[in-house]
Amino acid sequence: MHKKAAILTVSVILASMAAMTGCGSSGGGENGEVIVYNWGEYIDPETIEMFEEETGIRVVYDEFETNETMYPKVESGAASYDVVCPSDYMISKMIENDMLAEINFDNVPNATANIGAQYFEQSQDFDPENKYSVPYCWGTVGILYNQTMVDEPITSWAQLWDERYADNILMQDSVRDAFMVAEKLNGFSMNTVDPTELEIARDALIEQKPLVQAYVIDQVRDKMIGGEAAIGVIYSGEAIYTQRENPDLVYVIPEEGTNVWIDSWVILKDAPNKENAEKFINFMCRSDIAVKNFEYITYSTPNEAARELIEDEEIKNSEIAFPDLSQYDNLEVYVYLGEEGDALYNDMWKEVKSN
Amino acid sequence: MKNTAKKIYIALIFIFLYAPIVTLMVLSFNASKTRAKWGGFTLQWYSALFQNRDIMEALGNTLFIAVISSLAATVIGAIACISMNGMKRRTRSVLLGIANIPMLNAEIVTGISLMLLFISLGMRFGLGTILLSHITFNIPYVILSIMPRMKQLNPSIYEAALDLGASPGTAFFKVVFPDLLPGILSGFLMAFTMSLDDFIITHFTKGAGVDTLSTKIYTEVKKGIKPEMYALSTIIFVTVLLLLVLVNAASGTKNEKAKEKES
Amino acid sequence: MTSKNKWLSAPYILWSALFIIVPLAMIFYYGLTDKTGAFTLENITAIMTAEHAKALWLSLLLSLISTLICFLLAYPLAMILAGMKISQHSFMIFIFILPMWMNFLLRTLAWQTLLEKSGVINSVLAFFHLPGINIINTPYAIVLGMVYNFLPFMVLPLYNVLSKIDENVINAARDLGAGSAYTFFRITLPLSIPGIISGVTMVFVPALTTFVISTLLGGSKILLIGNVIEQEFTQASNWHLGSGLSIVLMIFIILNMIVSALFDKESDGGGMEIL
Repeated sequence: MHKKAAILTVSVILASMAAMTGCGSSGGGENGEVIVYNWGEYIDPETIEMFEEETGIRVVYDEFETNETMYPKVESGAASYDVVCPSDYMISKMIENDMLAEINFDNVPNATANIGAQYFEQSQDFDPENKYSVPYCWGTVGILYNQTMVDEPITSWAQLWDERYADNILMQDSVRDAFMVAEKLNGFSMNTVDPTELEIARDALIEQKPLVQAYVIDQVRDKMIGGEAAIGVIYSGEAIYTQRENPDLVYVIPEEGTNVWIDSWVILKDAPNKENAEKFINFMCRSDIAVKNFEYITYSTPNEAARELIEDEEIKNSEIAFPDLSQYDNLEVYVYLGEEGDALYNDMWKEVKSN
Repeated sequence: MKNTAKKIYIALIFIFLYAPIVTLMVLSFNASKTRAKWGGFTLQWYSALFQNRDIMEALGNTLFIAVISSLAATVIGAIACISMNGMKRRTRSVLLGIANIPMLNAEIVTGISLMLLFISLGMRFGLGTILLSHITFNIPYVILSIMPRMKQLNPSIYEAALDLGASPGTAFFKVVFPDLLPGILSGFLMAFTMSLDDFIITHFTKGAGVDTLSTKIYTEVKKGIKPEMYALSTIIFVTVLLLLVLVNAASGTKNEKAKEKES
Repeated sequence: MTSKNKWLSAPYILWSALFIIVPLAMIFYYGLTDKTGAFTLENITAIMTAEHAKALWLSLLLSLISTLICFLLAYPLAMILAGMKISQHSFMIFIFILPMWMNFLLRTLAWQTLLEKSGVINSVLAFFHLPGINIINTPYAIVLGMVYNFLPFMVLPLYNVLSKIDENVINAARDLGAGSAYTFFRITLPLSIPGIISGVTMVFVPALTTFVISTLLGGSKILLIGNVIEQEFTQASNWHLGSGLSIVLMIFIILNMIVSALFDKESDGGGMEIL
């Protein structure tokens, strides 16, 4: 019988542990709640707590990994989010499919006051009348490399096809970013839906696959810091953090050009807490909050008032955090490719991955 | 000679099973934030753990779901076993076959099918949908633990109790239930363990902001696991280990005493 | 205990209908229709396209290899355990269940730390001037992850049947002059078939359908059928194709069950009674 006694003891103790910690999800705050769906590690958790304290609104916070995994969750309507933070092309897809609510900018005065005008202008590529989105972060996609592990400085996407770096290359595990690299390498637009161009890009990726150590998303960061790989495709926002942890790492924008992106706050059409959602966005645009977030996640902020508050002069004027984009040619923004274009990319990507 | 070989074999398997666990424990004392570097010994993650609202909430959710879903599955499963015993053989095997589906089917298919169901019912994904799913996949483990005991039962004992004037209720609880109890308990523990360790089905049926430890870890894997998570796993693991050792030791001495009395 | 108790099964029947039968019916509905809701077999035949067929083939191959390795590792172990003193039994069994209390994802992730190029194992090997092993992000690492995660599922049912074999039967065979190999193949192995069947099922099915192990240890370079299905739902949002491929997957699971049933006409999964 003692086996059973063990079972019982363990169960009773775990049950009481569960009772002590409580079930964890205790309704809304005194002023209701707001359900936020954001990228992983894309906010300073302290700012959420400050928001809750100041407004009495409880934040239900959830994270996604890529635009592509975010979309089906929001579309299925199962989770009923209020605020989401997608990238440019995904925002235009959501606008096209009538999933977003217009933001009443009277309720978001901090956005109009603090966000640089050029970022709203840039947003018009995907949100033509600036009705649906408030920029949160922006940046480029580039190459991070470990100086001690390469023979010469990395300047070009083509070096990701260099056999000397076999098994030392990390590629992005998201359709658009992976194809962007191959498309830029061949001088195509990163928004092409021309099947022959896409086939060339696909074949290039297949050719590259044996050299790739792994397709990863945010893990690039850890692996590069740990010296697991020599070269990795990464978002510019990770550059400062990774360099701080491992000074051998260098971030470059390849000469063939790359993607420049904006991640913006949007409110969903069937958001249950639209008012709270606007309060949340407004709070995140406050300069002291935005600077706190910048210092935590190190992604470039479009919040100019916040940039003024950065104490470290070196970072404030850092070429990596706030690059002058006018000196680069061939920078492109992703555009939504339509349902057929998406399907084409997905199929090609599957062929790369299964090969 | 043969015994040495046996011992070496067990030791090798033992190392294979426990190497990753030791690794995780070591990482929980690593001062460096990333898995890749050893930054010296620290206990800071253990104190940080209890301040980490997200992890504590995920732990609460995990335990809450495991306890409630395995309790519910045990009740439903036990009642089903008792009632099925009186059925025709064919009906019973059909019902048992259906019960086995979530256990034999691929977890990914079970998860997806439940997701499709909840969406079409217009349910809001959250703790509730996870609970329903966990109860569903827990029931077969309970039934499988109880059913063999049920078959071993001697129906004449129950009838004898009735003949001696016990009411059916009393007869059941005094005669049948004690025989089933070990099966019910092991079914409960199986269900509890399965629920605790489940990731795939929760992955498809969870909603906004409701995480269990598994789904929390899956999101963290991509960004680099927070060392607090290693600390928590170490605590859970060591707690269970200590409990088992204690209970084993206690019951071991009890057994010996019982043997002494007998002799 | 009589037929008047039949109504007691109502909650269970209702539950199974709503949460097992209806959801499966929905998979079939989605799998057999296209976006407009018209009937089609396209989502099923999609398995024949090169990338899907390759993923399925690789999944079958890796899961069969893992199942075989699990069996070869577990059988001797289960025999040793079954031959131990009764007082040690429960403790030894717990030792093998205990790892399951460490989260499955963390355990698998730990293998990443162990196997990485600059990981623990390679550092140890380098210290002794031995050549490093480089299996992370290859199919080998995935097989290792499968064996590691599912080995207890093979050990426990095997142990269960082996410990129930009456020693007198084996002794009788010996007394009658049978050698140990002969006794093993003619007595022990046949008697343990129910345990082998449930062990094989419990390892093969999760290994065939996993998407987590291949993601964590395969560096997303290796696409298994589980990954394809998961991505259809969580990224491509093509539920019809995802459901269609799930139906194909279920066909293999049912095949596995039929094969098991052929071997195992009498026992009804008794090996599952683990604790």
